[in-house]
Amino acid sequence: MIRAAALAGALLAWALVAYGNLALEVMNPVLLPTPGEVGALAAVQIRDGSLAHHLTVSALRIVEGFGLAAAAALALGLLVAVSTPARLALEPVIEFVRPIPPLAFLPMFLVWFGLGETSKVAFIAYTTFFPMFVGTGASLLRVDVMLLRAAASLGASRRDLLRRVVLPAALPGIVVALRLGFGLAIFVIVGAEFMGADAGLGNLIMEGRVFFNPAQIVMGALLLGALGSLVNALLLMTERRVLRGRALP
Amino acid sequence: MSPAGVGGARVRIEGVHKAFALDGRSTPALVDINLEVQAGELLCLLGPSGCGKSTLLNIVAGFLPPTRGRVLVDATPITGPGPERGVVFQEYVLFPWLTVAQNVEFGPRLAGVEAARCREIAARYLDMVGLREHATKFPVQLSGGMKQRVAIARALANNPSIVLMDEPFGALDAQTREVMQEELSRIQRVEHKTIVFVTHSIREAVYLADRLVVLTSAPGRIKEMFTIKLGEARDRFAPEFTRYESEITRVVKEEVAKVRE
Repeated sequence: MIRAAALAGALLAWALVAYGNLALEVMNPVLLPTPGEVGALAAVQIRDGSLAHHLTVSALRIVEGFGLAAAAALALGLLVAVSTPARLALEPVIEFVRPIPPLAFLPMFLVWFGLGETSKVAFIAYTTFFPMFVGTGASLLRVDVMLLRAAASLGASRRDLLRRVVLPAALPGIVVALRLGFGLAIFVIVGAEFMGADAGLGNLIMEGRVFFNPAQIVMGALLLGALGSLVNALLLMTERRVLRGRALP
Repeated sequence: MSPAGVGGARVRIEGVHKAFALDGRSTPALVDINLEVQAGELLCLLGPSGCGKSTLLNIVAGFLPPTRGRVLVDATPITGPGPERGVVFQEYVLFPWLTVAQNVEFGPRLAGVEAARCREIAARYLDMVGLREHATKFPVQLSGGMKQRVAIARALANNPSIVLMDEPFGALDAQTREVMQEELSRIQRVEHKTIVFVTHSIREAVYLADRLVVLTSAPGRIKEMFTIKLGEARDRFAPEFTRYESEITRVVKEEVAKVRE
């Protein structure tokens, strides 16, 4: 209820500012599109199917890139958690590469993987891998030693410990890492699609800039916001199911 | 592994020394501990805090290796934790992602016991600790006393011959603590496990113990051993009870005084 009211309030505030500007002309009204203009543009693009196309293209890239990165982060996180030599070898390399802003590498991704889908998917995978790897690795490494002792004294083998204690104990941290990764994927898709893409929400925004259509830029941004909060809601729902028992219901 | 079932195994602690590295120096924590716990006996380890009684329990559990010496269960030297030695921790250490019943079933499931049988076992031990109607709750929904009952049920459901208890009632309030002592003593009359019970409460030790070992202040050595001849149902206000209590208090106080000096 409060959520819906807050969203409606934000929409109302935007409408007030935009229509107020239209009436008073504080700035050129073209620069500040109204909800009506954005709605009308969306209606046109929904009818001709281009909006659905842009959305699907972006969503697919996000899902593929995120999926690859999540799989790699989980696998390497596990490796680092069970093998100290692997941890000592991997950590310095990853900690050196990690702080480099991924956007610095974006041109290289285009050179290496071409203008097609591969470069976008690879870029999203590369960007989202680091926070997810750090998050899963840390959660797996920081499992309470007392839980391991309790399980070992009930007869758990090394394998049992990993499967029945380390993984479930680390799960809350892993879920948070995945949520952060997904948020980042939506963040960087725009950058990836700014360069050499022929479809996608980033491309839609870029097109709005090139053809000077602020309404289209705003529409693209709003769609990214909607996509992001929809996915976040889905992840939160899964989280609550998976983590039942961790907090008071 | 020793034979499981009702009844315990014998624990033999032979010449155990334990030293920890502290600021690059080796600091002794336990010195020359020789102790035999009989099958089905409840032995209390008592001593001032920091005397190494929990360290000794952790060595018997297999969580820590002794610096010298060894621990035998019946005739087999231990090399690590094992299902024949159940452990009950002060902080319960339940698995928060499992329900009460799933926590209790944890051991039998690892041992490959079939699911239906696991449920029977869990029901039986939850009955024993009076928590049957809480079987589907999660640990976070329970009070401290209830959590510790689950932990005891979990340890017993795995049918160990030895149960190691590290100040299990230390985090509970005084009333709950006495109730838990009574329950443990009732359960022990049925299960006859070999129990090593660490506590710093003299009253608790006199209430529960068949035999009671007082350790010296750090580094821990065996200072004195008492056999408590009070029978099964003990009265905390009986004159013989109080006599044991005051005698043991005197012995423990000598050690506490040494820590202060």
